[in-house]
Amino acid sequence: MAEPQPDFLHKILQRIDLKTGKDAVQARQVVARELKARGVSALRVTRFATAVSEIARNVIVHGGGGHFTVGLNAATSYLDVECRDRGRGIPDIDQAMKDGFTTAGGLGRGLGGAKRLSDRFEIETVPGQGTTVRMSAKI
Amino acid sequence: MSGVASIHLVENALLVSIQDDVTDTEIIDLQDALSNRIADENVDGVIVDISALEIVDTFVGRVIAQLAGISRLLAAETYVVGMRPAVAVTLVELGMYLPQTRTALSLSHALAQLRRG
Repeated sequence: MAEPQPDFLHKILQRIDLKTGKDAVQARQVVARELKARGVSALRVTRFATAVSEIARNVIVHGGGGHFTVGLNAATSYLDVECRDRGRGIPDIDQAMKDGFTTAGGLGRGLGGAKRLSDRFEIETVPGQGTTVRMSAKI
Repeated sequence: MSGVASIHLVENALLVSIQDDVTDTEIIDLQDALSNRIADENVDGVIVDISALEIVDTFVGRVIAQLAGISRLLAAETYVVGMRPAVAVTLVELGMYLPQTRTALSLSHALAQLRRG
């Protein structure tokens, strides 16, 4: 697993505890607002906010809740998002990233879809200890 | 009670507007409420206005697709109106084509299609 960029989340804008669906809505709305405020196009705002919504839901539904952090990376011009949980982790990450794989009766498009909709995406998971997703949109 | 959409009867269709801050729980409740109203009021169509939605992710997309499936079993067509172009592009990127829904650019287009039967 690649080490996170040293400048990831260089300047933190907001943190949200992810416990309920309302928290996931707030997280993706904050991301949309921050991207719009920096002149990012409607399409790119929607793509990344959708990716964040997928991951924030995973934290709540699969990870038993967790934490969302959004920040800026001025040096590389990325808006960075980290979603972290202390759930049971993902045993087979390659399988989980494939479209069509689901453990919760969903469509199984969430994780792979979130990666496609992000400009940078990495996932770190330790079985029994939790999952961290770091994802970014170019601004 | 923000996010909970109200359902209106317009001609022979049920109209519902989904708000941008809708949660997963609320949209499931809405699906249940709509399913009951389709049967109770014997409508020909359900029109779901998503113009307020900045995003439709796989969960919301799945609920809309299921609603269309339920409607069809209850002899009603589901129209999705007001989808933003960015939402359409993103849904296709997610591999979600909502095959059971019919789309119309506006409420009046959807009603016109329903009148034609």
